Amino acid sequence: MSMTNVERLREFARPDRVFDFMAPARSPVDVRHGPILYLEDVSVSFDGFKAIDDLNLTIDDGELRCIIGPNGAGKTTMMDIITGKTRPDRGQAWFGSRHNLLQMDEPQIANLGIGRKFQKPTVFEALSVSANLELAMAGDRRVWKTLLARLDHEGRERIDEVLETIALSAERDRLAGVLSHGQKQWLEIGMLLMQRPRLLLVDEPVAGMTEPEMHRTADLMTRLAGQQSVVVVEHDMGFVRSIARTVTVLHQGSVLAEGSMDEVANDPRVIDVYLGGGDDDSDDTREEG
Amino acid sequence: MSLATMFKRNSLLDERSTWVTSVVLIVGMLAVVVLHALPSDHAWHLNGSVVSLLGKYLTYMLLALAVDLIWGYLGILSLGHGAFFALGGYAMGLYLTAQDAPLAGWQSAMVHFPVAALGVVLAPGLLALVFGWLAFRSRVTGVYFSIITQALTFALMLAFNRNEMGMGGSTGLTRFDELLSFSLSSEGMTIALFVASGVAVLLAFWGCKAITRSRLGRVCMATRDAEARVRFIGYRVEHVKLAVFVLSAMIAGIAGALYVPQVGIINPSTFAPLFSIEIVVWVALGGRATLYGALLGALLVNYFKTLLTGVMPDAWLFLLGGLFVVVTMFLPQGVAGLMAHLRRRREVTT
Amino acid sequence: MTPTHTTIFRLRGEAGSRRVTGLKIAPRHWYCLPVMAVLLVWFALASPAQADVSPQRAQALLQALDTDDFDAKAEAAQAIAASDAAQKTRWLEAFLDGRLGRERDGERFYIITDDSGREWPIIDAITFEDAGTGSRRSVDAFRINNTLRTQLQGLIASLSLDEGDEATRLDAAKRLIGEVDAQSVDAVATQLDNEDSPAIRAEIETALALYRVEQGEGEALATLEGNLDTRVRNSLTTIANSDAPIAADAEKVLAGIENKRAWYERGQTLFFGLSAGSVLVLAAIGLAITFGVMGVINMAHGELIMLGAYTTWMIQQLLPGQPGLALLLAIPGGFLVAGAFGILIERSVIRFLKGRPLETLLATFGISLILQQLVRTVFSPLNRRVNSPDWLQGAWHLNEALSLTLNRLGVLIFCLVVFAALWALMRYTRLGLEVRAVTQNRAMARSMGVRAARVDMLTFGLGAGVAGLAGVALSQITNVGPNLGQSYIVDSFLVVVFGGVGNLWGTLVAGMSLGVINQVLQPWVGAVLAKVIVLIGVILFIQKRPQGLFAPKGRTS
Repeated sequence: MSMTNVERLREFARPDRVFDFMAPARSPVDVRHGPILYLEDVSVSFDGFKAIDDLNLTIDDGELRCIIGPNGAGKTTMMDIITGKTRPDRGQAWFGSRHNLLQMDEPQIANLGIGRKFQKPTVFEALSVSANLELAMAGDRRVWKTLLARLDHEGRERIDEVLETIALSAERDRLAGVLSHGQKQWLEIGMLLMQRPRLLLVDEPVAGMTEPEMHRTADLMTRLAGQQSVVVVEHDMGFVRSIARTVTVLHQGSVLAEGSMDEVANDPRVIDVYLGGGDDDSDDTREEG
Repeated sequence: MSLATMFKRNSLLDERSTWVTSVVLIVGMLAVVVLHALPSDHAWHLNGSVVSLLGKYLTYMLLALAVDLIWGYLGILSLGHGAFFALGGYAMGLYLTAQDAPLAGWQSAMVHFPVAALGVVLAPGLLALVFGWLAFRSRVTGVYFSIITQALTFALMLAFNRNEMGMGGSTGLTRFDELLSFSLSSEGMTIALFVASGVAVLLAFWGCKAITRSRLGRVCMATRDAEARVRFIGYRVEHVKLAVFVLSAMIAGIAGALYVPQVGIINPSTFAPLFSIEIVVWVALGGRATLYGALLGALLVNYFKTLLTGVMPDAWLFLLGGLFVVVTMFLPQGVAGLMAHLRRRREVTT
Repeated sequence: MTPTHTTIFRLRGEAGSRRVTGLKIAPRHWYCLPVMAVLLVWFALASPAQADVSPQRAQALLQALDTDDFDAKAEAAQAIAASDAAQKTRWLEAFLDGRLGRERDGERFYIITDDSGREWPIIDAITFEDAGTGSRRSVDAFRINNTLRTQLQGLIASLSLDEGDEATRLDAAKRLIGEVDAQSVDAVATQLDNEDSPAIRAEIETALALYRVEQGEGEALATLEGNLDTRVRNSLTTIANSDAPIAADAEKVLAGIENKRAWYERGQTLFFGLSAGSVLVLAAIGLAITFGVMGVINMAHGELIMLGAYTTWMIQQLLPGQPGLALLLAIPGGFLVAGAFGILIERSVIRFLKGRPLETLLATFGISLILQQLVRTVFSPLNRRVNSPDWLQGAWHLNEALSLTLNRLGVLIFCLVVFAALWALMRYTRLGLEVRAVTQNRAMARSMGVRAARVDMLTFGLGAGVAGLAGVALSQITNVGPNLGQSYIVDSFLVVVFGGVGNLWGTLVAGMSLGVINQVLQPWVGAVLAKVIVLIGVILFIQKRPQGLFAPKGRTS
């Protein structure tokens, strides 16, 4: 770091230099060289407690991945790291091969195309259902543009489409706050769809849903995969079994096992730490906010 | 798309409360002007001091709008908005002082009205920009933000009390004569300032309404209710907050600038934390996140303040204190919320 | 301790002061015992071990003063000085001040302890027992003239040099510095030879050395090295600026003295800073509990402090003339009054606003306005003065450059005691455990059988009570008025936030450092600007580190 001022000036004035702010603001995710999400040796600890310990994880483009693990396994913390909420102590996190997630904050990461659904449904309760979707719609997020933004025809159609998908067409003008728990879950998923993300992180999507709602969710998740990459954290084994292609088991902040549902379910270590312990409905004590 | 089309497309006046408020404001203003123009022996004549008092209420209403914009819609409780009001007031005060005797140093530039007018919005705007940038960037929110805004206005109060500030020390700036070469004591000036304040309130009301009804306004409300979610769908919450906070500070500054010539003095007590927190209770009483509630609250509280401090000054602080408690406990939506509630009930029964 | 035991403490041992303060111990003054113990430790003063004379002899000695002939009075004064009476110095001092007198219609002699008003508090001149009050009509004070005054001063000075306890004699020795002249130098040297006490020897040596240096003897300079006495410094400055042959050497010694002095002055600044800091900590520590632990923003905290201060004032009004007892009673009193108000606020308002911090802030602010106005209406808008007991008046002089004001020292110690007690309470008691449990996981704590509502109430009461304690302490260093609380609320919030919410240690460190920083800045920029700079500094700091100095790194941060 011992650069003199002169050197700094010279560096600044180099003719072939491309300034960061001149570079295209949003470059598409580059997945030509492999996975869309790549975590390597990520560790983070809180007050000496290792929430994530040398975690390695790769998600391929278009993949649907389920992540399971007992309480405190680090599932939510992992999502926090990917979405820029928590900075790890060590390790690498890349989105495609070009974007270093550890150098970005939440809005930047969101605008790159990583969408997140919280464990506890968070929708904007004081706004109508359609306004919720409108806010989530991909577009220019800058203050002045947002002030002048108007819903165009295309946007309206897109909202209608998503309302259809999440079965909330009839509720479009109601306030989001009056929706049922399951409907809020769906609205939040709908908001994710409006964002058109490349990668969807979904934390316990079916918590509080009725059986038919759960089936519809499973259906949606499966449909989404292929166009988008989807990472689902879930406790409900039935749900995981119904959608899972590849399952990753987290334990004490690192990957314990990875494979198809059957492989994982028969892994003795997994049985020992998780499945043997039976279902557990509550996740980490962690709540949003 | 230009701002003009935004106003049009948002069809501002389709909300009942908005046009009712606009009509009431305009009619009220005209009524005051007409009543003032009546011969002075007429029973309905309003004399100059009453008009000035009403003008002062209007500046308070403007200030309340500024607070409602950030508190009601963004959930940012500023306990230091009096500071922005005072800064605008001091800028105007310097201009007025400079009309009599030339000021020294940088203050000498304040003799020109355009410079002073710029100072009225820039001084509070810049303070809000720097302060807000620091605070929002490091995600200081909720009560923490409230406390440091209170500390800010407290620090400014101490600073402005010093004679070395060149702001008149604890006496402040007073003894103004002329504004734009017109005598401040003339009747015409009184009514002009009153009308200017009224127009400012009306414009600010429409402007704030337009903002709150835009997508930006929805982002604000979304931020108020679930800030993290807004970040995760890609909005730069700190930019949104900063922009609205600066705007709010500027409105407060304009309110201060209109306040000073009508009251005739600006001193460091305007920076007192108590004043800033009083503004908040105006808004709370009127009803948050409605804008017209803020106007109503400011008018009601200040009217009763004038009434009570004249008759039984001791009771005023009891009443004000009680108001804080009663409003927060029993009227969380304020008078505006109460009226909406009653209207809904009437609709249900009929 | 027997009822008749009389002990005299010299609380103000400083040079030049003739005021002597007596503390009389009687059974109804049981509360003085702990105070005395503390005083004994603080001052390490021994009671005068001196022969006593019979009451009859004392009566006779005083009787001799009761004459109109000033020559006879002078003789009588000399007789007193030559006697073995333990009370003689005090008699002479009172006589000198015109506060020794005789009962108009009786045989008793009195010392008037305070002759400022119309009614004087008086004590018996022989037993020093409280004798109620007297006035111009009931007590004839012995008059003196100028000749007698000079004579008395001489008598008292010589008495102090030869007699009395060590502190008295030390004072007398200190008074010698700069007073030695050609006539007295031999006598002083003899005095030095006969002196055993090292401290007194040092003072006499300084006095002699200063005389010799003034006479141009360079070798005597060595004795003066590092001496902090103002008179030494003044003399040396004169010599260093003159063209005397020892000027250069004197300057060197002077530089050493100045350097040492600067260090002590830094020590003094540190003490002032810590004492200002301890006030901040006291004011903030209750908030650290209600805001830090419970998450409740109580803007009426300052007014709870004010209530504590008013409680002290009230108790003092109920117990006139006993500020010590009043203050000691005010400690539990202030705690209970403020605590009760706190519980009232919690039960009536705060519990209904749970989870709505901004509303809590506004409602409690309203309460603070009501409390202020209440005090204004009930008492008066004027400031009240709370008297400090004797043992909190004056200062503890460590040396010429460093002296610690006793009331500030008392507040500092009180602050540390309150902090320690609170810390222990949170750490080791059932209540502390329940508070921590409720804070961390309310639902879980409730399911474990903790009555969360009760814990809330008690915690808030505790925080409020501590605010009351802060008020008791504040009454000793500032006037008590309706605006007392307001001036502390912004500061205390900053201290809590600066230290890290929910962290008692953070509050302690933050309060102390803010106090010291403020004190260090003051000489450069003045008091107001120093405060502004500290405020802005904290604002910037909070923005840089919103979790404060000591906040635990948690998963949710």
